[in-house]
Amino acid sequence: MTAVAEQIGAWLEQFTNQLPAPAWLEPLRKTAFQRFAELGFPNTHNEEWRFTNVAAIARTTFAPGRKGVVQTKLAKGPIQLVFANGHLLSKPESLPKGLEVGGFADDPVAVQKHLGKYASFNENAFVALNTAMTQDGALIRVARGAVIEEPIEIFYLTTTGKDPIATHPRALILVGANAQCTIVERYTGVSEGAYLTNAVTEIVVGESAVVDHYKVQQEALSAYHVATLQAGLGRSSVFSSTSISLGGALVRNDANCILSEGSEGTLNGLYIVNGTQHVDNHTAIDHAQPHANSHELYKGILDGKSHAVFNGKIFVRKDAQKTDSKQTNKNLVLSDEAVVDTKPELQILADDVRCTHGATIGQLDAESLFYLRSRGIAKHEARNLLIFAFAQDVVDRIKVQSLRDSLEKILFEKFHEHAE
Amino acid sequence: MALLEIKDLHAKVGEREILKGIDLTVNAGEVHAIMGPNGSGKSTLAQVLSGRDMYVVTGGSVTYDGKDLLELSPEDRAREGIFLAFQYPVEIPGVSNMYFLKAALNAIRKHRGIEELDAMDFLNVVREKMQIMKMDQALLNRPVNTGFSGGEKKRNEIFQMAVLEPRLAILDETDSGLDIDALRTVAGGVNAMRSPDRGMIVVTHYQRLLSEIVPDFVHVLADGRIVKSGGKELALELEAEGYEGLGLHDEPEAVGRI
Repeated sequence: MTAVAEQIGAWLEQFTNQLPAPAWLEPLRKTAFQRFAELGFPNTHNEEWRFTNVAAIARTTFAPGRKGVVQTKLAKGPIQLVFANGHLLSKPESLPKGLEVGGFADDPVAVQKHLGKYASFNENAFVALNTAMTQDGALIRVARGAVIEEPIEIFYLTTTGKDPIATHPRALILVGANAQCTIVERYTGVSEGAYLTNAVTEIVVGESAVVDHYKVQQEALSAYHVATLQAGLGRSSVFSSTSISLGGALVRNDANCILSEGSEGTLNGLYIVNGTQHVDNHTAIDHAQPHANSHELYKGILDGKSHAVFNGKIFVRKDAQKTDSKQTNKNLVLSDEAVVDTKPELQILADDVRCTHGATIGQLDAESLFYLRSRGIAKHEARNLLIFAFAQDVVDRIKVQSLRDSLEKILFEKFHEHAE
Repeated sequence: MALLEIKDLHAKVGEREILKGIDLTVNAGEVHAIMGPNGSGKSTLAQVLSGRDMYVVTGGSVTYDGKDLLELSPEDRAREGIFLAFQYPVEIPGVSNMYFLKAALNAIRKHRGIEELDAMDFLNVVREKMQIMKMDQALLNRPVNTGFSGGEKKRNEIFQMAVLEPRLAILDETDSGLDIDALRTVAGGVNAMRSPDRGMIVVTHYQRLLSEIVPDFVHVLADGRIVKSGGKELALELEAEGYEGLGLHDEPEAVGRI
């Protein structure tokens, strides 16, 4: 057997042995697995994966996540959905009017109608694998016109024993016309150890709806995290997604949005890596129709021998006149050995548009550091203050107060470990 | 004991020697003006005293309040009471003026064994000083110097000085780029800080500032050495005759030279 066949072989066994799915899901899972087998895991000759080598994932044999082994104390929020090692652990007891939050079994009709319709697995082996391994997932449905003020939180907790496990979290978020909601997805490693989280989130934003999405990735430092977010924006809708990436040994985030007429899409991100961590953010914003705006602000803080990749694609289709698009990627590099690869990719076919992009890679500013110290602030505090300030404009854009507070606390603790 | 005693100070940046043997003694209560043509080493002296590490001291000594100043880090110098008003105050986006100044004041208070201030007490301290400097209180919530006009930046420096209450204040060309009204405001802030316990070094190219902040002593720096010292009348002499009158070459900094 070739190496590729061996890699696929272990997954085939897991695919074959998994619990039976509802009849409608079986063909989707089969097609997805076939596609996964054809594609195989990407290598660095694939332009999309040029800087991110997933050989370590391809080589590892992962077991399915077992039920009932995760122990953690969560700060209880009003609307929480909790998955542990890929299994639904708890769902909210009561919900505001117009909101459904549960597993796929809670609304099979809606799931059948939408699952897999947005996140294409044709070119992405990880999405194909996730789709092939789908058993359950998070379903959030906001009725037309409903305004949900409390953030809806989805927790994906993972713990692993001596054998690495893989989970394939799947979320389907359906927001009706003129509705509003805030979704927070949290991926958390409960204990150290190697495991793979291979997630797919599909979001359908209805006409004139307003959706804020946050993803907080705090996987174990030995974990692999690969995730795709696929959002479709209805006419005149407003969607934002903020990705905070802190954990993981090898992390790849794909965030993709398709914009309809008059809609506004925002993709922000903050990644903080140290040691030998590798984080890759690929974004794609597709201006499919006219009069849509998009904003992107990704900021990274790198220390040690870490490696960050940013690739931002913007497509402006032929008919998408009056597009206004801005993309910014800024990196703060704190060590000599950290590496950043950043690349904007703009493909503009319309002629009456405004598209700007910019990328920077820099170090802490010596002048600023001296200025702070010359006023009596200790060197390490001055350094932390400047790092904090660098992250601040992404953090300030977070509208959920509790999330902003917890992030500020994490940042504060992270950069006080650094104190000399 | 002198507050500051500089003896035969030599310093270089890269391979270029800029200070070539400076001797200067400043006692508490005195205001010393340091004048000199462009490139004479005035700003270098100010930066060396505050601990900027791009300058390497190659000889001589600086004693401040009985301590070897050159041994101290920039933050320890500030905590011991040295303050440099920057010629070009630095913009720091993302750090509010208020957070910055409170952190600075508390670091200094802690070092001196005084209780640190909470946000309310801090506001009470700064309010009064902002009035003296004719500064809008909204500036406190803005990021440090970010988007400030030239005049606002210089006023912000003197405002910081008023809050931090140094024992030795060094003003590096605080007059540059100020119109006469802003100059008077800044000078008024500085004059309000004159005290028998405090020494000041005022670095300037022009005499104009010195008719607002009247010095006790004037020194002329040229090519890294003090070539002439005198009383306040020396500044007027220089104004009348120019640096050329002292046989010094004062070449304007080249702009758009062909």
